[in-house]
Amino acid sequence: MFGYYLDLALRSLARNKVLTTLMVVALALGIGATITTLAVLRLLSGDPLPQKSAQLFYPQMDPYPANQPFSRSGKMPWLLSYVDAMNLLRARRAQRQAAVALSQVKVMPQTADGNPFYADGVMTTADFFPMFDAPFQYGAGWSAGDDDARAQVAVIAGFLNDQLFGGADSVGHMIRIEGHDFRIVGVLRPWAPQPRFYALHLGGHSYGKGQGVFVPLQSARADGITPSAMMSYGPGSGMDHLETSPAIWLGVWLELPDAAAVSTYRRFLANYAQQQVALGRFQKSRTAMPALMEWLRGEHVVPDDARLQAGLAFGFLLICVVNTVGLLLAKCLRRSREIGVRRALGASRAAIFVQFMVEAAIVGMVGGVLGLVFAELGLWGIRHQPAQYAGLAHLDLSMFLFTFVVALAASLIAGLLPAWRACAVAPAPQLKAA
Amino acid sequence: MIELRPIFSTLRRHKTTAWLLVLEIALTCAIVCNAVFLIGQRLQRMDLPSGVAEHELVQIQLGRIGKSTEAMAQSQTDLAALRLIPGVKQVAVINQLPFSDGGASNSGIRLSPQQQQDTLEATTYYGEGALSTLGVRLLEGRDFQHGEYADFGTIIADLHNGDLKNLPSTIIVTQALAQRLWPGQEALGQTIYVGKGLPFRVIGVVADLGRPNDLNQGPEYSTVWPIRMTVADGSSYVIRTAPQDRATVLQSAVAKLKQLDPNRVVLVKRTYDDARHEFFANDRAMAGILVGVIAALLTVTALGIVGLASFWVGQRRRTIGVRRALGATRGDILRYFQAENFLLASFGIAFGMVLAYGINLFLMVHYELPRLPGIYFPVGAAVLWVIGQLAVLGPAMRAANVPPVVATRSA
Repeated sequence: MFGYYLDLALRSLARNKVLTTLMVVALALGIGATITTLAVLRLLSGDPLPQKSAQLFYPQMDPYPANQPFSRSGKMPWLLSYVDAMNLLRARRAQRQAAVALSQVKVMPQTADGNPFYADGVMTTADFFPMFDAPFQYGAGWSAGDDDARAQVAVIAGFLNDQLFGGADSVGHMIRIEGHDFRIVGVLRPWAPQPRFYALHLGGHSYGKGQGVFVPLQSARADGITPSAMMSYGPGSGMDHLETSPAIWLGVWLELPDAAAVSTYRRFLANYAQQQVALGRFQKSRTAMPALMEWLRGEHVVPDDARLQAGLAFGFLLICVVNTVGLLLAKCLRRSREIGVRRALGASRAAIFVQFMVEAAIVGMVGGVLGLVFAELGLWGIRHQPAQYAGLAHLDLSMFLFTFVVALAASLIAGLLPAWRACAVAPAPQLKAA
Repeated sequence: MIELRPIFSTLRRHKTTAWLLVLEIALTCAIVCNAVFLIGQRLQRMDLPSGVAEHELVQIQLGRIGKSTEAMAQSQTDLAALRLIPGVKQVAVINQLPFSDGGASNSGIRLSPQQQQDTLEATTYYGEGALSTLGVRLLEGRDFQHGEYADFGTIIADLHNGDLKNLPSTIIVTQALAQRLWPGQEALGQTIYVGKGLPFRVIGVVADLGRPNDLNQGPEYSTVWPIRMTVADGSSYVIRTAPQDRATVLQSAVAKLKQLDPNRVVLVKRTYDDARHEFFANDRAMAGILVGVIAALLTVTALGIVGLASFWVGQRRRTIGVRRALGATRGDILRYFQAENFLLASFGIAFGMVLAYGINLFLMVHYELPRLPGIYFPVGAAVLWVIGQLAVLGPAMRAANVPPVVATRSA
């Protein structure tokens, strides 16, 4: 039976090629635009560490003076001061904990003819690598002992290792950063969580390739390396006294394995802030501790433009669907007589309904294939846009399959009204008119 | 005059298709109005006046070098060397440029020392000779004198030690900021307060000077301070030259700086035009995408109108033949279909306007956009009317060509 409907539908579509092409192209344009923007949106709002993100938390507290709040809308400060970050780290109340700051660091190649260049650097503490599941190609991260001893050690990213050492095992070699020699203890495999959750508000990009150099925070500070972002909440804060000055410049991440650990830590954090109020360091005892995804959502890390474009694409698809409904309906009403004949010859209403839905589905599938072409074109266009995330825009398998789901759903919705009208046609008047 | 009654009675018989067309036009109208508005917003942003001599400036930013004490001497040496390069008119070390990527320094501003919260956040330009090098137009008052400048490093140290005697006490503001802070009053001689009540007296007002970024905080809320910068503070060398000399001056300036110290890394070397172009690249891309979407939308809608109108013409061939046989001219038939389309478009536009307003309200809440100006409604309506008429023209002409003899044939 289905084969027969398919045959009927193809014949009907072939009869009016212009109208059919019009429907397919319009639907394909709508689907192409929707899939392009959804692919980008999915990329931007994805989970950077799917296996771990539920266990990662970002503690926040408020050292700002009462009459000079961090923000007028009552937002919690984004970062922590050195004193508070170190107090949290030293308390060791979480399974793992690390403080993070970013810095542009000058790297001097060891070869004679090498020119110095700037690399994106991370100043952090030992737990950073195991906590974020950073994969090592060679060696490993440094230890907590290295942090305390202000050891001159570094971890470098794979791409920097390729550039400096031709991809060979460089563990034990030296790298000159900001005029100081650091011993390489580990080389990372390509690792760039998107969005770069740990770099938020630290002065780096939220999307893209990832950082090249990782050094222990205290060693880097001892060498005079300064963070890219620093916000001060009191006078007299220069880059020279970051450890004592009233400035926030560190993000702290915690790994808490279960709900019990989370609530224990929340209590600990609240107590800590109250203690600081009692000591006179803080004026407000409020704290917050969002989980990773909650933190990204709260900070609107997905650019407004990407969301606007997605909304626009959906509107476009809606118009294309309405357009297809109109054209399918027009086609079906012109075929009232054919329907009358089929009904008179014994076709049930259901059979007519299915026949027209099959016709709509064919339009949808062809529209989907063409839409895929448009989506690939659209993503190619996005890759040539100036946005940070541009280079990452691509269609993965699930989006590929989703395209056909969208196409089929759109065309079946579009076919519903025409098919219903078709099966409601009364056979007798149609036959009489003929 | 065209009779509307027959049109209505025909449309009543094609209720569903007519409503679908109205719906399509309404949705298109709503989305196009808002998309055009978004484009307008982007263009307006891209068109903001920077206040500087845009086509005459080049910027060179170096990586940080050593401690700030050496940096001051180094900066002075560099400046002297750069001034000797042929074609260089003026050079200054300036912390930031309007509408350009890179950091920005801002400061909260208060109107009285007792004030608990900042009135607004203004951007702060530092650098000896910044105004004359950038070519910013002074409207009132004067520029800073050489003796008024203090070193950035010294100020930071003084602030850290709580020693406030040697801090600068004068400031220059933009006209936009002056009007915001003291509406209708003379800005010269007024005092603003920063942090815990540090006073600064306004000695000059400049026409325009854009902020580097964060434009939604007031694109022209800028201040200039008598603070001398070094390249160690993340500032840049900004060179003023003739527009045609920019490329050569940039090249020789970079070569000169490398020659003075081969170990330095040049982070940024660009003309101001490039910097500005790059800064607004996202807006330009977004505007381009929106133009594409509008074009696609209008095409789809126009094709939809063509399709439905052709269907109607085909369905009514007999009626048209009868009308022709009864004495209707070709023009009458043509005008009939045009009037029908106009009517449907008008309904669509009316619903579309309401929808456009609704979408705008949604955008205002979620994307901090201003209200859709009234002018968009008549313009949007006119565009859709024209497109509707153009789309229906083909099918209507085909209808007009239906010969009267059709009436006598059996359908």
